Amino acid sequence: MSRRLADSRRRLRGMVRKEWLQIWRDPSSIAIAFVLPVILLFLFGYGVSLDAKDIRLGLVVEQMDSDSRNFAESFGRSDYFMPRYFSDIREAEQALTERRLDGIVWLRHDFSQRLLQPSPAAIAVRVNGVDANEARITAGYIQGVWFGWLEKYAREHGRELDTPVQLQQRVWFNSAVISRHYLVPGLIAIIMTLIGSLLTSMVIAREWERGTMEAMMATPLRIPEVLAGKLIPYFVLGMAGMLFTVVLAKGLFAVPLRGSFGALLLSGALFMLVALAMGLLISIIAKNQFVAGQIAIIVTFLPAFILSGFIFDIGSMPAPIQLITHLVPARYFVAILQTLFLAGDIWPVILPNLGAMALMLLVFMMIIRRKAHKRIA
Amino acid sequence: MDSMALRLQQVSRSFGDGNAATRALDGISLDIHSGEVTGLIGPDGAGKTTLMRLCATLLAPDQGSVEVLGIDALADPIAVQSRIGYMPQRFGLYEDLTVQENLDLYADLQGLAVARRVTRYRELMEMTGLSPFTGRLAGKLSGGMKQKLGLACALLREPELLLLDEATVGVDPVSRRELWQIVYRQVREYGMSVLLSTAYLDEAERCDRVALLHQGRLLGMDRPAAFSAPLDGDCYRLDIPNGVSARRLQRRLQEHPSIADALIEGETLRVVTWPGQAPTPDLLAPEFTALAFTPLAPRFEDAFIRLLRRPEEKPTQLPSLKQTGTPAAQDIVIRAEHLERRFGDFLAVKGISFAVRRGEIFGLLGANGAGKSTTFRMLCGLLPVSSGHVSVAGHDLRHAAASARQRLGYMAQRFSLYGNLTVQQNLRFFSASYGLRGARQRERIDWALQNFELRPFAGHKAIDLSLGYKQRLAFAAALMHEPEILFLDEPTSGVDPIARREFWARTNALAEAGITILVTTHFMEEANYCDKLVIMAEGDILAEGTPAQIKQQARSPQHPNPSMEDAFITLIEGHEVAA
Amino acid sequence: MNTLWQLLALVNKEFLALLRDPRSRLVLIAPPIVQLLVFGYAATFDLNDVPVAVYNQDRGSLSRELLARIEGSPAFHIAYRVTHEEQLRPLIDQRKVTLVLAMDAQFSRDISQGRSAHLQALLDGRNSNSALIALSYLRNILIDFNQQQLQRQGGPTLPAALKVRAWYNENMASRWFIVPGIVGLLLLVVTLVVTALSIAREREEGTFDQLLVTPLHPWQILLGKSIPGLIIGLIEASFIILLAVLWFEVPLRGSIGALYLGILLFLLSAVGVGLMISAISVTQQQALLGAFLFLVPAVILSGFATPIANMPEVVQWLSYLDPLRYFLVIVRGVFLEGDGYALLLHQYWPMALIGIVSLLLAGWLARHRMY
Repeated sequence: MSRRLADSRRRLRGMVRKEWLQIWRDPSSIAIAFVLPVILLFLFGYGVSLDAKDIRLGLVVEQMDSDSRNFAESFGRSDYFMPRYFSDIREAEQALTERRLDGIVWLRHDFSQRLLQPSPAAIAVRVNGVDANEARITAGYIQGVWFGWLEKYAREHGRELDTPVQLQQRVWFNSAVISRHYLVPGLIAIIMTLIGSLLTSMVIAREWERGTMEAMMATPLRIPEVLAGKLIPYFVLGMAGMLFTVVLAKGLFAVPLRGSFGALLLSGALFMLVALAMGLLISIIAKNQFVAGQIAIIVTFLPAFILSGFIFDIGSMPAPIQLITHLVPARYFVAILQTLFLAGDIWPVILPNLGAMALMLLVFMMIIRRKAHKRIA
Repeated sequence: MDSMALRLQQVSRSFGDGNAATRALDGISLDIHSGEVTGLIGPDGAGKTTLMRLCATLLAPDQGSVEVLGIDALADPIAVQSRIGYMPQRFGLYEDLTVQENLDLYADLQGLAVARRVTRYRELMEMTGLSPFTGRLAGKLSGGMKQKLGLACALLREPELLLLDEATVGVDPVSRRELWQIVYRQVREYGMSVLLSTAYLDEAERCDRVALLHQGRLLGMDRPAAFSAPLDGDCYRLDIPNGVSARRLQRRLQEHPSIADALIEGETLRVVTWPGQAPTPDLLAPEFTALAFTPLAPRFEDAFIRLLRRPEEKPTQLPSLKQTGTPAAQDIVIRAEHLERRFGDFLAVKGISFAVRRGEIFGLLGANGAGKSTTFRMLCGLLPVSSGHVSVAGHDLRHAAASARQRLGYMAQRFSLYGNLTVQQNLRFFSASYGLRGARQRERIDWALQNFELRPFAGHKAIDLSLGYKQRLAFAAALMHEPEILFLDEPTSGVDPIARREFWARTNALAEAGITILVTTHFMEEANYCDKLVIMAEGDILAEGTPAQIKQQARSPQHPNPSMEDAFITLIEGHEVAA
Repeated sequence: MNTLWQLLALVNKEFLALLRDPRSRLVLIAPPIVQLLVFGYAATFDLNDVPVAVYNQDRGSLSRELLARIEGSPAFHIAYRVTHEEQLRPLIDQRKVTLVLAMDAQFSRDISQGRSAHLQALLDGRNSNSALIALSYLRNILIDFNQQQLQRQGGPTLPAALKVRAWYNENMASRWFIVPGIVGLLLLVVTLVVTALSIAREREEGTFDQLLVTPLHPWQILLGKSIPGLIIGLIEASFIILLAVLWFEVPLRGSIGALYLGILLFLLSAVGVGLMISAISVTQQQALLGAFLFLVPAVILSGFATPIANMPEVVQWLSYLDPLRYFLVIVRGVFLEGDGYALLLHQYWPMALIGIVSLLLAGWLARHRMY
């Protein structure tokens, strides 16, 4: 019995060593594990920001006096705006049409007179609503500037700004509301999906294509040894990719990691296994690299991107699509990542998500065990 | 010893499902004796690879039982796999691993005890001559060395049964001989049983027994001599009289209903008649006088051809062609001068020169990796030359106007037509791309379908054709525009002996019509079809001349009448000594 | 005449090769459907039914009135009403709610006595964008509420509320922004994959050599490979535009001609880039990887989901190389802003330039990488 165990251990060791050597000598594996994370991190860290800044604002002041000038200048003091003055609303609207402006604030000639009047203010605001999200943020900022200025103005003139209800807001976990802090942790899930599913499925398909699998299958190698021989090296590679990304995220983008490192490692390891299981399953179905790559992108990468809550809020999707997201393993990992990085070790969030991933892993493994056999067809 | 290494009973196996299912094996029963070498022979698509995979337990039969070394292969595949060695058509060497690392991997997988490794490695490396290369990446080995390494990996644990699936395809004669020496030594020393499949019929002749497979059925199994015995008295040698074209004579003979096979062998023709048909010279070819038939001992190959070719079958349709140019005009059509090609710091072609005259069949012979295909691609303008000069019909095709290519036809090494287009669509596309249209195009497509017997398959996807028909289609596509010069790169690679004969019959007819043909091949006996040839090794020309001249160079007291293969081996060995 | 005939044969062959292969048929059919469904429905920054927890210590009617307004908005959904402050933290921590609203016991009294009452809002910043959007929704509700209170009290009020008019997309619906963008995304994916794989596939299957030895000119081969991508792209674009208008009810306000001119130039640039990738790669796998490596940055830097203006300057320069950047402006401009040719001129010429340069490069590369 112990001899059989020793044989099995030796076969496994041989497989793992072979896989390592191949990874080591194949630049494309290393590229996917280490170069791709850097590219994605840079793209998302620098390229994607949902926080509006440098809004190109047209200011139309029909009657320049101390009040209107004072108000108009308050836009220049804000970081969010790049104001430009127009003397005529038609000119400004023309600029908005030609996309040279994002919004217009129009102070009419009676702006100052009507300032402390109960009637509506003599201001009109136009924003380009094509990008609804951007438009909403722009409108909010303009409203904020107006509100702040008006309050100060009222106080200076011995009046109180009547606001029956005042909003006191606090944003937890990300008080400066930096979108990068929520995007970068989610990226880790994307990168691990790429290594676990895309790379792994293509690597196994490559063995079928090159004919190396056939000779190997004719040896006394057992199926669990084949699977473990593939899982172990790519697991290590994936975890290395994850650590690398975490270090970059902290070092380059100063994303806080408020939870424990152990919890991150644990959930990362579990997700890596799920991603690898998907990769294995794809490679069992598709025995050539082209098909494997296509399936991996459609079944694992795109959903991880769009349906995981990485960018788009799952709660706001229509109910049928929300249901579908439950089938996306990255959904659970993204939830864990965002909590671990920004909030901390909140086990009531982490545990159910870990449970869901464990269940998926179990199901995938059962399917793999049933589908994988040493026969060619 | 009379125990069975392998026992197949009523084994059937189909692929695909429903109506599209094809039966690869159909009720095969077969016993393979222990300690013997058994050859599995048959044309393409006979089911050889399927049978091999069944024995390696990589496939399960639909019906019947497979018993390997007394073990039921279906019940306990692992037990079977720990006692056999299997070398698939393309042995799965990890090209990015070194020779040593490949050995280590397979030693681990086969459970070779660590203590035994050192001696076994040394033994195998010495046998294969790979000892100096253990640190080299497997991908950087030559074709023959790769196959030897694959064999070494399969032999690591001294398997009781060795399965070799076309182990010598594309391997040069020297490596081929060495491979078989290793295998036969294992049989002698360890009493190993071997089942091998091969397209080389001389390899089949050396087997203890041969199983002949055809369309998934077993046609017979016996000792090779037993197959050829019925042909006693039906094989003749025919000396070709001076001034008679061997090709014309061969064609005449092949067309005759009493002849099963006629093959050019140097300055003679080997003729096999149908049973009981004595050849009468004047009846056969009245225009050739004084033909002398000398009886010969039959070979396995003769039996193979006669068994698989039915007398009622028409002889190969030959392409009817208009005469382009006169064979008498001996102008040089293709010229290579100091041709050199580098890939990085590797010199693939080392400054070679040769010239091809109009109407010649010019052969480039050599093993895989000898630089034939590189030379070929440079001639066609597909690959820039590093230095030197090429000219085809007066042009350097790399820089010449596109219209210069109108004059040549090209058939690539691998099947390279559009697989998911039908036969008809492929022909239509290639004829159109050569500017044919209207009635002329229809006429040529019709000609191709007719002459290459492709009409029944006109609506089939090209990829679904059998290898032989794929080759016909590729050949037809290269001839659509009636080129003056034909480039054929390994046209017979992987094709069975019958299809190869048909191919050469067509090629000969084209040469008779005055077309210049440049052909590469690694089958040494095919050199006999060439008017002139060069033998290449490691990017260099070893010998140049007519087949007779080259054989003359290898003539020695031991080999008074060497075959082309013997000549090649002698030349290579001489080259190695010189190096 | 003869060259035209040869070109026709090439195009015909490309179509046959593309449409007879179930795998490439899949590439043509699956991405449009998947992308349209997924992006059309899932990719939105609008919030619906954001779960809210309320900690209301006030017994007056005004707090209830405010909460009723919040509950009445489609954006919010009051999921929990808690009675102790300690209950709040876990709700946010565990992501059961995104927003917590707290009102103290004096809320209604403060308002009725003309003092400012306080509404405390706590937000989960783990998705900072959702937090910001929720906040802006909340603020709008509050402004309306305040206005109403002031009118009711009849006292003099200050004009705190601004009337904002969003041009082109009056309801600020994300879908109007995203769906036209899908036309660009999809065209890029389909054309790029079709063309990037075409030469690489021929190279891998050995047919490229066979093609090169025919008397076809390299430009004929390139053109023959471009035209099917263009035609398929045009058909798919029309299909998506139709669905965008009929199914997603996005208004199409501008000139169709201007839109199709944009599509044509965009396709030209996508085909050029695709052929360039194809000419560099030796295997289909490399081509696929190359297409992927171009696609991801191209989509992210195009302004498809996030504004280019928010990117660092260097990245903005980089985005000038991205044909999708220009096309998105065109497609959104024509759909929502009702643009015509003149306004889009500065989007047309960069795409044409990218297209021509990449096609020339592809031709050069194809000739110089024949092995």
